[in-house]
Amino acid sequence: MSADASPAQTAGTQAAAAGCGASAGGAALTDAGNQAVVQGLVTKDGSPVGTGYARLLNSDGEFVAEVPLGEDGGFRFFAASGSWTLRVLAPGGVRAEQAVAAATGKVVNLEVAV
Amino acid sequence: MSRSDVLVDADWVEAHNGDPGLVLVEVDEDTSAYDKGHIRNAVKIDWKKDLQDPVRRDFVDKDGFAALLSQRGISNDDTVVLYGGNNNWFAAYAYWYFKLYGHQNVKLLDGGRKKWELESRELVTEVPKREPTSYTAEDQNLSIRAFRDEVVAAIGDKNLVDVRSPDEFAGRLLAPAHLPQEQAQRGGHIPTAKNVPWSKAAEEDGTFKSDDALRAVYSEAGVDFDTDTIAYCRIGERSAHTWFVFHELLGQPNVKNYDGSWTEYGSLVGVPIKTGDKS
Repeated sequence: MSADASPAQTAGTQAAAAGCGASAGGAALTDAGNQAVVQGLVTKDGSPVGTGYARLLNSDGEFVAEVPLGEDGGFRFFAASGSWTLRVLAPGGVRAEQAVAAATGKVVNLEVAV
Repeated sequence: MSRSDVLVDADWVEAHNGDPGLVLVEVDEDTSAYDKGHIRNAVKIDWKKDLQDPVRRDFVDKDGFAALLSQRGISNDDTVVLYGGNNNWFAAYAYWYFKLYGHQNVKLLDGGRKKWELESRELVTEVPKREPTSYTAEDQNLSIRAFRDEVVAAIGDKNLVDVRSPDEFAGRLLAPAHLPQEQAQRGGHIPTAKNVPWSKAAEEDGTFKSDDALRAVYSEAGVDFDTDTIAYCRIGERSAHTWFVFHELLGQPNVKNYDGSWTEYGSLVGVPIKTGDKS
Protein backbone atom coordinates (compact mmCIF):
# COMPACT_ATOMS: atom_id res chain seq x y z
CA MET A 1 0.00 0.00 0.00
CA SER A 2 1.69 3.19 -1.10
CA ALA A 3 1.65 6.38 0.89
CA ASP A 4 0.79 8.49 -2.12
CA ALA A 5 -2.39 6.54 -2.87
CA SER A 6 -4.33 8.79 -0.52
CA PRO A 7 -3.82 11.98 1.46
CA ALA A 8 -1.58 11.36 4.42
CA GLN A 9 -3.40 11.67 7.70
CA THR A 10 -2.76 10.88 11.30
CA ALA A 11 -4.73 8.48 13.43
CA GLY A 12 -5.93 11.47 15.42
CA THR A 13 -7.58 13.21 12.49
CA GLN A 14 -8.98 9.91 11.31
CA ALA A 15 -10.41 9.36 14.78
CA ALA A 16 -12.27 12.65 14.65
CA ALA A 17 -13.64 11.84 11.23
CA ALA A 18 -14.72 8.33 12.14
CA GLY A 19 -16.57 9.29 15.32
CA CYS A 20 -17.97 6.24 17.06
CA GLY A 21 -18.85 4.22 14.00
CA ALA A 22 -16.66 1.77 12.19
CA SER A 23 -14.75 2.96 9.22
CA ALA A 24 -14.80 0.25 6.61
CA GLY A 25 -11.82 0.44 4.35
CA GLY A 26 -11.19 4.06 3.53
CA ALA A 27 -8.00 5.95 3.01
CA ALA A 28 -4.91 4.25 4.36
CA LEU A 29 -3.23 5.75 7.38
CA THR A 30 0.39 6.64 7.04
CA ASP A 31 1.00 7.98 10.55
CA ALA A 32 -0.17 5.89 13.49
CA GLY A 33 0.10 8.70 16.06
CA ASN A 34 -0.29 6.97 19.44
CA GLN A 35 -2.31 4.10 17.97
CA ALA A 36 -1.28 0.56 17.06
CA VAL A 37 -2.73 0.37 13.57
CA VAL A 38 -3.28 -2.85 11.64
CA GLN A 39 -4.68 -2.23 8.17
CA GLY A 40 -4.59 -3.82 4.79
CA LEU A 41 -6.19 -4.85 1.55
CA VAL A 42 -7.88 -8.11 0.62
CA THR A 43 -7.55 -9.21 -2.98
CA LYS A 44 -8.48 -12.17 -5.12
CA ASP A 45 -6.49 -12.72 -8.32
CA GLY A 46 -5.21 -9.17 -7.95
CA SER A 47 -8.66 -7.54 -7.69
CA PRO A 48 -10.11 -6.03 -4.50
CA VAL A 49 -12.55 -8.16 -2.51
CA GLY A 50 -15.24 -5.59 -1.74
CA THR A 51 -17.69 -7.91 0.02
CA GLY A 52 -16.48 -9.67 3.11
CA TYR A 53 -15.34 -9.21 6.66
CA ALA A 54 -12.04 -8.83 8.46
CA ARG A 55 -11.91 -10.21 11.99
CA LEU A 56 -9.19 -9.56 14.55
CA LEU A 57 -8.44 -12.35 17.03
CA ASN A 58 -6.22 -11.96 20.09
CA SER A 59 -3.26 -14.17 20.99
CA ASP A 60 -5.66 -16.70 22.59
CA GLY A 61 -7.57 -16.94 19.33
CA GLU A 62 -10.53 -15.04 20.85
CA PHE A 63 -12.56 -12.77 18.60
CA VAL A 64 -11.94 -9.09 19.36
CA ALA A 65 -13.34 -7.03 16.50
CA GLU A 66 -14.78 -7.22 13.03
CA VAL A 67 -15.17 -4.76 10.18
CA PRO A 68 -16.78 -5.05 6.77
CA LEU A 69 -14.30 -4.74 3.92
CA GLY A 70 -14.37 -1.46 2.03
CA GLU A 71 -15.08 -1.38 -1.67
CA ASP A 72 -11.31 -1.35 -2.17
CA GLY A 73 -10.99 -4.51 -0.04
CA GLY A 74 -9.55 -2.41 2.77
CA PHE A 75 -9.83 -2.83 6.53
CA ARG A 76 -8.33 -1.16 9.59
CA PHE A 77 -8.02 -1.92 13.30
CA PHE A 78 -6.69 0.12 16.19
CA ALA A 79 -5.15 -2.62 18.29
CA ALA A 80 -2.73 -2.72 21.21
CA SER A 81 0.90 -3.75 21.02
CA GLY A 82 1.14 -7.53 20.73
CA SER A 83 0.40 -10.54 18.58
CA TRP A 84 -2.89 -10.82 16.73
CA THR A 85 -4.46 -12.93 14.02
CA LEU A 86 -6.29 -11.37 11.11
CA ARG A 87 -9.02 -13.56 9.62
CA VAL A 88 -10.94 -12.75 6.45
CA LEU A 89 -14.38 -14.16 5.59
CA ALA A 90 -15.88 -13.69 2.13
CA PRO A 91 -18.82 -15.18 0.20
CA GLY A 92 -18.44 -18.71 -1.05
CA GLY A 93 -16.91 -19.97 2.17
CA VAL A 94 -13.67 -18.09 1.53
CA ARG A 95 -11.39 -17.82 4.56
CA ALA A 96 -7.85 -16.57 5.00
CA GLU A 97 -5.68 -15.91 8.03
CA GLN A 98 -2.48 -14.02 8.76
CA ALA A 99 -0.52 -13.51 11.95
CA VAL A 100 0.34 -9.90 12.70
CA ALA A 101 2.44 -8.09 15.32
CA ALA A 102 1.10 -4.65 16.23
CA ALA A 103 2.98 -1.91 18.04
CA THR A 104 1.93 1.49 19.37
CA GLY A 105 3.00 4.26 17.02
CA LYS A 106 3.32 1.90 14.10
CA VAL A 107 1.14 1.20 11.05
CA VAL A 108 1.23 -2.41 9.90
CA ASN A 109 0.11 -2.90 6.32
CA LEU A 110 -1.12 -6.35 5.30
CA GLU A 111 -1.87 -7.75 1.90
CA VAL A 112 -4.24 -10.68 2.11
CA ALA A 113 -4.82 -12.78 -0.99
CA VAL A 114 -7.79 -15.13 -0.83
CA MET B 1 -40.49 -15.75 25.28
CA SER B 2 -38.83 -18.29 23.08
CA ARG B 3 -36.23 -18.13 20.35
CA SER B 4 -38.84 -18.37 17.59
CA ASP B 5 -40.63 -15.30 18.99
CA VAL B 6 -37.59 -13.08 18.65
CA LEU B 7 -35.48 -14.51 15.82
CA VAL B 8 -36.18 -15.19 12.16
CA ASP B 9 -33.82 -16.69 9.61
CA ALA B 10 -32.92 -15.56 6.12
CA ASP B 11 -35.26 -18.04 4.42
CA TRP B 12 -38.15 -16.68 6.48
CA VAL B 13 -37.30 -13.13 5.45
CA GLU B 14 -37.12 -14.10 1.77
CA ALA B 15 -40.48 -15.89 2.03
CA HIS B 16 -42.25 -13.05 3.86
CA ASN B 17 -40.57 -9.97 2.42
CA GLY B 18 -43.30 -7.64 1.20
CA ASP B 19 -46.02 -9.06 3.45
CA PRO B 20 -48.35 -6.38 4.83
CA GLY B 21 -47.51 -5.54 8.44
CA LEU B 22 -43.86 -6.56 8.11
CA VAL B 23 -41.13 -3.91 8.07
CA LEU B 24 -37.46 -4.73 7.59
CA VAL B 25 -35.08 -2.25 9.19
CA GLU B 26 -31.31 -2.16 8.75
CA VAL B 27 -29.29 -0.65 11.60
CA ASP B 28 -25.53 -0.78 11.13
CA GLU B 29 -22.48 0.33 12.98
CA ASP B 30 -21.18 1.31 9.54
CA THR B 31 -24.02 3.69 8.73
CA SER B 32 -23.06 3.77 5.05
CA ALA B 33 -23.60 0.00 4.61
CA TYR B 34 -27.30 0.42 3.78
CA ASP B 35 -26.54 2.82 0.96
CA LYS B 36 -24.22 0.30 -0.70
CA GLY B 37 -26.95 -2.34 -0.71
CA HIS B 38 -29.65 -3.69 1.60
CA ILE B 39 -32.34 -6.33 1.73
CA ARG B 40 -35.18 -5.43 -0.61
CA ASN B 41 -37.86 -3.28 1.07
CA ALA B 42 -35.69 -2.55 4.10
CA VAL B 43 -35.63 0.97 5.53
CA LYS B 44 -32.64 2.41 7.35
CA ILE B 45 -32.28 3.70 10.87
CA ASP B 46 -29.01 5.47 11.68
CA TRP B 47 -28.10 4.57 15.29
CA LYS B 48 -26.34 7.86 15.73
CA LYS B 49 -28.32 10.47 13.79
CA ASP B 50 -31.74 8.99 14.44
CA LEU B 51 -31.48 7.46 17.91
CA GLN B 52 -29.26 9.87 19.88
CA ASP B 53 -30.21 13.31 21.18
CA PRO B 54 -28.09 15.74 19.15
CA VAL B 55 -27.16 17.86 22.19
CA ARG B 56 -27.40 15.98 25.49
CA ARG B 57 -25.94 12.52 25.99
CA ASP B 58 -29.22 10.61 25.92
CA PHE B 59 -31.66 9.00 23.55
CA VAL B 60 -34.22 10.88 21.52
CA ASP B 61 -37.31 11.33 23.68
CA LYS B 62 -40.65 9.57 23.32
CA ASP B 63 -41.99 12.12 20.85
CA GLY B 64 -38.78 11.98 18.88
CA PHE B 65 -38.95 8.20 18.60
CA ALA B 66 -42.61 8.40 17.57
CA ALA B 67 -41.74 10.98 14.91
CA LEU B 68 -38.91 8.80 13.61
CA LEU B 69 -41.06 5.69 13.26
CA SER B 70 -43.93 7.69 11.77
CA GLN B 71 -41.59 9.14 9.18
CA ARG B 72 -40.21 5.69 8.34
CA GLY B 73 -43.74 4.40 7.83
CA ILE B 74 -43.77 2.02 10.79
CA SER B 75 -47.06 1.43 12.66
CA ASN B 76 -47.51 0.33 16.25
CA ASP B 77 -48.86 -3.06 15.19
CA ASP B 78 -46.22 -3.76 12.54
CA THR B 79 -43.77 -6.61 12.98
CA VAL B 80 -40.32 -5.07 12.78
CA VAL B 81 -37.44 -7.30 11.71
CA LEU B 82 -34.09 -5.70 12.46
CA TYR B 83 -30.77 -6.67 10.98
CA GLY B 84 -27.28 -5.25 10.72
CA GLY B 85 -23.62 -6.06 10.42
CA ASN B 86 -21.15 -7.32 12.99
CA ASN B 87 -23.28 -10.13 14.47
CA ASN B 88 -26.31 -7.82 14.65
CA TRP B 89 -24.46 -5.66 17.16
CA PHE B 90 -26.33 -2.42 16.39
CA ALA B 91 -29.49 -4.21 15.33
CA ALA B 92 -29.65 -5.73 18.82
CA TYR B 93 -29.15 -2.26 20.23
CA ALA B 94 -32.07 -1.03 18.13
CA TYR B 95 -34.12 -4.02 19.31
CA TRP B 96 -33.53 -3.03 22.92
CA TYR B 97 -34.32 0.59 22.03
CA PHE B 98 -37.62 -0.38 20.35
CA LYS B 99 -38.51 -2.37 23.48
CA LEU B 100 -37.53 0.61 25.66
CA TYR B 101 -40.25 2.63 23.91
CA GLY B 102 -42.74 -0.21 24.04
CA HIS B 103 -42.85 -1.61 20.51
CA GLN B 104 -44.43 -5.03 20.88
CA ASN B 105 -43.44 -7.06 17.89
CA VAL B 106 -39.72 -6.88 17.13
CA LYS B 107 -37.45 -9.63 15.87
CA LEU B 108 -33.85 -9.99 14.75
CA LEU B 109 -32.70 -11.62 11.53
CA ASP B 110 -30.40 -14.30 12.96
CA GLY B 111 -26.91 -13.80 11.55
CA GLY B 112 -27.79 -10.33 10.33
CA ARG B 113 -26.25 -8.70 7.33
CA LYS B 114 -23.05 -10.70 7.51
CA LYS B 115 -24.66 -14.11 7.07
CA TRP B 116 -26.92 -12.70 4.37
CA GLU B 117 -23.90 -11.31 2.49
CA LEU B 118 -21.73 -14.37 2.96
CA GLU B 119 -24.57 -16.46 1.50
CA SER B 120 -24.63 -14.10 -1.50
CA ARG B 121 -28.31 -13.31 -1.04
CA GLU B 122 -29.86 -10.39 -2.88
CA LEU B 123 -29.01 -6.82 -1.89
CA VAL B 124 -30.53 -3.82 -3.65
CA THR B 125 -29.92 -0.07 -3.56
CA GLU B 126 -33.55 0.89 -4.26
CA VAL B 127 -35.00 2.72 -1.25
CA PRO B 128 -38.61 1.69 -0.54
CA LYS B 129 -41.34 4.30 -0.37
CA ARG B 130 -43.50 3.85 2.72
CA GLU B 131 -46.43 6.09 3.61
CA PRO B 132 -45.93 8.00 6.88
CA THR B 133 -47.84 6.71 9.90
CA SER B 134 -48.95 8.18 13.22
CA TYR B 135 -46.81 6.13 15.59
CA THR B 136 -47.38 6.41 19.33
CA ALA B 137 -44.44 5.58 21.61
CA GLU B 138 -44.78 4.61 25.25
CA ASP B 139 -42.84 5.99 28.19
CA GLN B 140 -39.42 4.38 28.52
CA ASN B 141 -39.56 0.96 30.14
CA LEU B 142 -36.90 1.57 32.77
CA SER B 143 -36.98 -2.05 33.90
CA ILE B 144 -34.52 -2.72 31.07
CA ARG B 145 -32.31 0.39 31.37
CA ALA B 146 -29.76 0.93 34.15
CA PHE B 147 -28.29 4.26 35.27
CA ARG B 148 -24.99 4.93 36.99
CA ASP B 149 -26.12 5.05 40.64
CA GLU B 150 -27.82 1.73 40.24
CA VAL B 151 -24.66 0.30 38.76
CA VAL B 152 -22.49 1.52 41.62
CA ALA B 153 -25.02 0.03 44.07
CA ALA B 154 -24.89 -3.29 42.22
CA ILE B 155 -21.18 -3.82 42.91
CA GLY B 156 -20.90 -7.07 44.84
CA ASP B 157 -24.68 -7.50 44.81
CA LYS B 158 -25.95 -8.15 41.29
CA ASN B 159 -24.33 -9.74 38.27
CA LEU B 160 -22.33 -7.09 36.48
CA VAL B 161 -21.40 -8.43 33.06
CA ASP B 162 -18.71 -6.52 31.24
CA VAL B 163 -19.09 -7.57 27.62
CA ARG B 164 -16.07 -5.75 26.21
CA SER B 165 -12.94 -7.47 24.95
CA PRO B 166 -10.45 -8.75 27.54
CA ASP B 167 -8.05 -5.92 26.64
CA GLU B 168 -10.69 -3.29 27.34
CA PHE B 169 -11.74 -5.05 30.56
CA ALA B 170 -8.15 -5.07 31.79
CA GLY B 171 -7.61 -1.43 30.87
CA ARG B 172 -5.11 -2.04 28.08
CA LEU B 173 -7.51 -0.64 25.46
CA LEU B 174 -10.20 2.03 25.85
CA ALA B 175 -12.26 1.06 22.82
CA PRO B 176 -12.85 -1.93 20.55
CA ALA B 177 -9.88 -2.64 18.31
CA HIS B 178 -11.55 -1.38 15.15
CA LEU B 179 -12.09 2.07 16.65
CA PRO B 180 -9.60 4.77 17.62
CA GLN B 181 -8.52 4.49 21.24
CA GLU B 182 -10.28 7.42 22.88
CA GLN B 183 -13.17 8.21 25.23
CA ALA B 184 -13.20 7.36 28.94
CA GLN B 185 -10.73 9.06 31.27
CA ARG B 186 -9.65 5.83 32.91
CA GLY B 187 -9.26 2.25 31.74
CA GLY B 188 -10.37 -0.85 33.60
CA HIS B 189 -13.67 -2.29 34.77
CA ILE B 190 -16.30 -2.11 37.51
CA PRO B 191 -15.16 -4.22 40.50
CA THR B 192 -16.85 -7.65 40.67
CA ALA B 193 -17.85 -7.50 36.98
CA LYS B 194 -17.43 -10.72 35.05
CA ASN B 195 -15.84 -10.36 31.63
CA VAL B 196 -17.77 -12.20 28.95
CA PRO B 197 -17.13 -10.59 25.57
CA TRP B 198 -20.45 -10.08 23.79
CA SER B 199 -19.18 -11.94 20.75
CA LYS B 200 -19.02 -15.19 22.72
CA ALA B 201 -22.79 -15.34 22.22
CA ALA B 202 -22.40 -15.53 18.46
CA GLU B 203 -21.11 -18.11 16.05
CA GLU B 204 -18.64 -16.95 13.41
CA ASP B 205 -21.50 -16.50 10.91
CA GLY B 206 -23.19 -14.08 13.31
CA THR B 207 -26.03 -16.38 14.43
CA PHE B 208 -26.70 -16.83 18.13
CA LYS B 209 -25.39 -19.93 19.86
CA SER B 210 -27.86 -22.46 21.26
CA ASP B 211 -29.47 -21.77 24.63
CA ASP B 212 -27.42 -24.52 26.27
CA ALA B 213 -24.18 -23.19 24.82
CA LEU B 214 -25.08 -19.67 25.93
CA ARG B 215 -25.84 -20.75 29.49
CA ALA B 216 -22.53 -22.59 29.59
CA VAL B 217 -20.59 -19.52 28.41
CA TYR B 218 -21.98 -17.28 31.17
CA SER B 219 -22.03 -19.91 33.91
CA GLU B 220 -18.37 -20.72 33.31
CA ALA B 221 -17.54 -17.03 33.70
CA GLY B 222 -19.25 -17.00 37.11
CA VAL B 223 -22.58 -15.39 36.22
CA ASP B 224 -25.31 -16.47 38.65
CA PHE B 225 -28.57 -16.96 36.76
CA ASP B 226 -30.54 -16.66 40.02
CA THR B 227 -29.40 -13.05 40.44
CA ASP B 228 -30.44 -9.86 38.63
CA THR B 229 -28.06 -8.72 35.92
CA ILE B 230 -26.72 -5.45 34.53
CA ALA B 231 -24.70 -5.61 31.31
CA TYR B 232 -22.38 -2.88 30.13
CA CYS B 233 -19.73 -2.22 27.50
CA ARG B 234 -18.30 1.07 26.22
CA ILE B 235 -21.35 2.94 24.91
CA GLY B 236 -24.16 0.43 25.51
CA GLU B 237 -24.44 -1.24 22.12
CA ARG B 238 -22.53 -4.47 22.61
CA SER B 239 -24.25 -4.85 25.98
CA ALA B 240 -27.64 -4.52 24.27
CA HIS B 241 -26.66 -7.65 22.34
CA THR B 242 -25.97 -9.43 25.65
CA TRP B 243 -29.20 -8.02 27.10
CA PHE B 244 -30.98 -9.65 24.16
CA VAL B 245 -29.31 -12.97 24.99
CA PHE B 246 -30.20 -12.88 28.69
CA HIS B 247 -33.67 -11.38 28.49
CA GLU B 248 -35.05 -12.50 25.14
CA LEU B 249 -33.30 -15.80 24.43
CA LEU B 250 -32.66 -17.19 27.92
CA GLY B 251 -35.76 -15.61 29.47
CA GLN B 252 -33.99 -14.11 32.48
CA PRO B 253 -36.44 -11.79 34.26
CA ASN B 254 -34.44 -8.85 35.62
CA VAL B 255 -31.82 -7.77 33.13
CA LYS B 256 -30.82 -4.21 32.40
CA ASN B 257 -28.53 -2.58 29.89
CA TYR B 258 -26.33 0.20 31.31
CA ASP B 259 -26.07 2.38 28.20
CA GLY B 260 -23.86 4.94 29.93
CA SER B 261 -21.36 2.09 30.09
CA TRP B 262 -17.62 2.57 30.34
CA THR B 263 -17.52 5.99 28.66
CA GLU B 264 -19.60 7.26 31.59
CA TYR B 265 -18.35 5.03 34.40
CA GLY B 266 -14.67 5.42 33.46
CA SER B 267 -15.04 9.19 33.64
CA LEU B 268 -16.95 9.40 36.98
CA VAL B 269 -15.15 10.97 39.92
CA GLY B 270 -14.71 8.80 42.96
CA VAL B 271 -16.11 5.46 41.84
CA PRO B 272 -14.10 2.27 42.32
CA ILE B 273 -12.26 0.86 39.31
CA LYS B 274 -10.30 -2.31 38.93
CA THR B 275 -7.63 -2.95 36.32
CA GLY B 276 -6.14 -6.21 35.14
CA ASP B 277 -7.69 -9.43 33.93
CA LYS B 278 -9.42 -10.48 37.18
CA SER B 279 -12.88 -9.44 38.40
